[in-house]
Amino acid sequence: MTNVDARADSGTSTGTRTRTAARSGFRINSKAVVMTLYLAFLLIPIYWLVNMSLKTNNEILSTFSLWPRNLTFQNYMTIFTDPSWYWGYINSIIYVTMNTVISIVVALPAAYAFSRYTFLGDKHLFFWLLTNRMAPPAVFALPFFQLYSSVGLFDTHIAVALAHTLFNVPLAVWILEGFMRGVPKEIDETAYIDGYSFGRFFVKIFMPLVASGIGVTAFFCFMFSWVELLLSRTLTSVDAKPIAATMTRTVSASGLDWGVLAAAGVLTIIPGALVIYFVRNYIAKGFALGRV
Amino acid sequence: MDKRVNQKAWLLVLPVLVLVAFSAVIPLMTVVNYSVQDSFGNNQFFWVGLEWFKETLASERIRDALGRQFMFTLIILAIEVPLGILVALNMPKKGFWASVCLVLMALPLLIPWNVVGTIWQIFGRVDIGLLGYTLDALGFDYNYTQDALDAWITIIVMDVWHWTSLVALLAYAGLQSIPEAYYQAAKIDQASRWKVFRFIELPKMSGVLTIAILLRFMDSFKIYTEPFVVTGGGPGNSTTLLSIDLVKMALGQFDLGPAAAFSIIYFLIILLVSWVFFTVMTNLDKEEGPK
Amino acid sequence: MAQITLANLAHSYLPNPSGEADFALKEMNHVWTDGEAYALLGSSGCGKTTLLNIISGLLRPSQGRVFFGDTDVTDMTTADRNIAQVFQFPVVYDTMTVRENLAFPLKNRGAPKDYVQQRVAEICRMIDMEDQLDRKARGLTADAKQKISLGRGMVREDVNAILFDEPLTVIDPHMKWELRTQLKELHQRFGHTMIYVTHDQTEALTFADKVVVMSEGRVVQIGTPEELFETPEHTFVGYFIGSPGMNVLDATVEGGSARVGAHEVPLAGRYDGLTGHVQIGIRPEFAHLSESEGLPVTIKRVEDVGRHKIVRADHEGTEINIIAAEGAEIGADQRRVVFDPDRVNVYADAWRVPPTSMGRAA
Repeated sequence: MTNVDARADSGTSTGTRTRTAARSGFRINSKAVVMTLYLAFLLIPIYWLVNMSLKTNNEILSTFSLWPRNLTFQNYMTIFTDPSWYWGYINSIIYVTMNTVISIVVALPAAYAFSRYTFLGDKHLFFWLLTNRMAPPAVFALPFFQLYSSVGLFDTHIAVALAHTLFNVPLAVWILEGFMRGVPKEIDETAYIDGYSFGRFFVKIFMPLVASGIGVTAFFCFMFSWVELLLSRTLTSVDAKPIAATMTRTVSASGLDWGVLAAAGVLTIIPGALVIYFVRNYIAKGFALGRV
Repeated sequence: MDKRVNQKAWLLVLPVLVLVAFSAVIPLMTVVNYSVQDSFGNNQFFWVGLEWFKETLASERIRDALGRQFMFTLIILAIEVPLGILVALNMPKKGFWASVCLVLMALPLLIPWNVVGTIWQIFGRVDIGLLGYTLDALGFDYNYTQDALDAWITIIVMDVWHWTSLVALLAYAGLQSIPEAYYQAAKIDQASRWKVFRFIELPKMSGVLTIAILLRFMDSFKIYTEPFVVTGGGPGNSTTLLSIDLVKMALGQFDLGPAAAFSIIYFLIILLVSWVFFTVMTNLDKEEGPK
Repeated sequence: MAQITLANLAHSYLPNPSGEADFALKEMNHVWTDGEAYALLGSSGCGKTTLLNIISGLLRPSQGRVFFGDTDVTDMTTADRNIAQVFQFPVVYDTMTVRENLAFPLKNRGAPKDYVQQRVAEICRMIDMEDQLDRKARGLTADAKQKISLGRGMVREDVNAILFDEPLTVIDPHMKWELRTQLKELHQRFGHTMIYVTHDQTEALTFADKVVVMSEGRVVQIGTPEELFETPEHTFVGYFIGSPGMNVLDATVEGGSARVGAHEVPLAGRYDGLTGHVQIGIRPEFAHLSESEGLPVTIKRVEDVGRHKIVRADHEGTEINIIAAEGAEIGADQRRVVFDPDRVNVYADAWRVPPTSMGRAA
């Protein structure tokens, strides 16, 4: 039964092997075509912005060219040397960071409570939190303006950071709850038996376990606070004015300085791109939970 | 998952409650307060009951904006969901190119919304934008600042550009969780590519797709910045969506009462549609038996 | 249905394998008879799933050919090979009913409607799911889902082979037994060639006509359960099959007897000119305690497992297991162990050496 078969000497045929390789190669190509088209669709408008940011206003308006003929960094220099421009970036980064920290700090214990305990009204509370994620910022723009003016927080970073918690805290609770649910309860119980207090357990043991969840949450908090304009513009005038608002106001005030506008736009893309690059391996995980 | 009953958990939720009360409840109260009063300036208010609500519901301007809003949302859902699935199906499953695709696709999601508007505002211009220039050169009479249809096409293409990746990334995550054995079994059963999609991939993606559709519904219903930057709501009122109209009314004309009533109705519509959608989807799931 | 031939078959997951260690599956030549039930048995990572995937066509071997009957199927797709496979975890189409699931492979191949109906009804009766035919598969238990997978594997009558990849892993123990019995019945009724991958020897020995034992990418023995038990071709088979496994002792073999240390062990046949690392192997079932003759041992402990007793003994640092009858007395002065001479196998470098001639020399 274990006898050697005579047909063995027909051996391997290189011909068939290349055929399968060619076939699988073709399949990869049809996918690559779809992806190339889609990525081109995504990237060409961004390229156009970069292209314009490297041209002088004169070139933009007088000639139409697919790449800059007279490469210039003048537009970027304008931004880096004018405080009203570069402070826009600093302001944005300040309130985005504040918002991310606040959202995560308050969401951590709440997410823990939702993932571990049943308590009076928990389901309603959870749903109500989520409804805030659905609230249109336009609805809140005016009341926020009045509220923060009346408590003297108008045109401060903290005002914008707090306003953005409106949609970021529910989001943070939602994402973190998903991650915490994946941590077995036995870990908590063992820690308590070992004599850990709640605070020490939470910081020393539990938080490292949900570190990737915290990373994903920080990413999304950063993202939604960074991209928002309506509230941040409404709540600021000079001191905490975000870059996004600086851009819109410059357009209306100084006429159409397309080159500088494009350069400012390009610079707003960079922090996002950096953040994506660093968390690229976690994004898929966050999306897999379906909690965005 | 069995959770213990513990009322002390409220203490853990307290910080969130305080914060959300400050950033959501107080402003909402203000809105409710305005919605039932009228003001002649100088901080003098008096009670008007449901007058503003009646007016809002009867207002042709708001009805038109609502109609445009629903149309916009339906169109972008009809494009972004199938396109997102298509892209997800064609993404590389692992390796260097998968990372490249992930990073590049996430890029539009992290661009500030007004910059998204700016990009398309420039891109679509006939004089300096690649898209507008090309269309013009090809003989199309394209001008989004003057032609309502062109303006609509522009903001829809912009939204597709901006958000399809979100649907695609969610669908991709759903696809990644399908065990290889399903594909092998399908090969053995001689299932066609379509049947693999219809009977394996689509059912396995249904969870994340529900979320994707829900998110896209909510977010497209709230959209303000991007179309505002591109068209400013025009030409005429042709691209004035709900939020644009609301901001015009509240911050532009300072019509506090009507704006507040409008806000409340607006918010309720989103809640209602989301709730109906969510219930229908989860019930469909349940009918087929618990998982 | 067809005989399966593996010719010079080997596989490596690396693109350019250099040494033998790079091969997940070492070169092999086998012919598997049409209509028999084979079990591929081995510990995890021994290459049994690799081999199964090569047969089913999910994996292309890096060298060698696979034949079904006279047809070379090496480059054929899984669908063209006309086989069925049941996986470790239930693979069912969630949104379809049980009926649609069972009909799926037939419909995809364009079978006539009444034939599909008749086959589905038949299979359904066999897997005992008639009352759930029109339920969606999504809500069913893991057992039921796996039964559907089994049914889907069986629904086509003309398949060349049915492959099972540890199909009972997720099934409750009592259901396991029932499903295995059902499978065996089905095999007897329809005579499909079946290949069943498992790491559980009980499952393999009760299910299969022939068991293929694999270790480290190599097939070490193919044989009936009796053959594996009585004449393990490799010491690994001896260890792996049986509970406890075969006793293996270092020895020198000359003619008709073996020497273990200073002690002589009689053999049933003659062995001449052995080279390499020589060992003798004896199953615990064929070792007996004795007062006067055989190897001296110290008894460590006695385990009563119900049907019999297992005596754990030690001979100069080598463990020797002995199976004694349930009623047997283990006396304090039983300090030696004897082996049935015709049950002792001789191994050189771990492979069994057949005797050069039978019958004891003078």
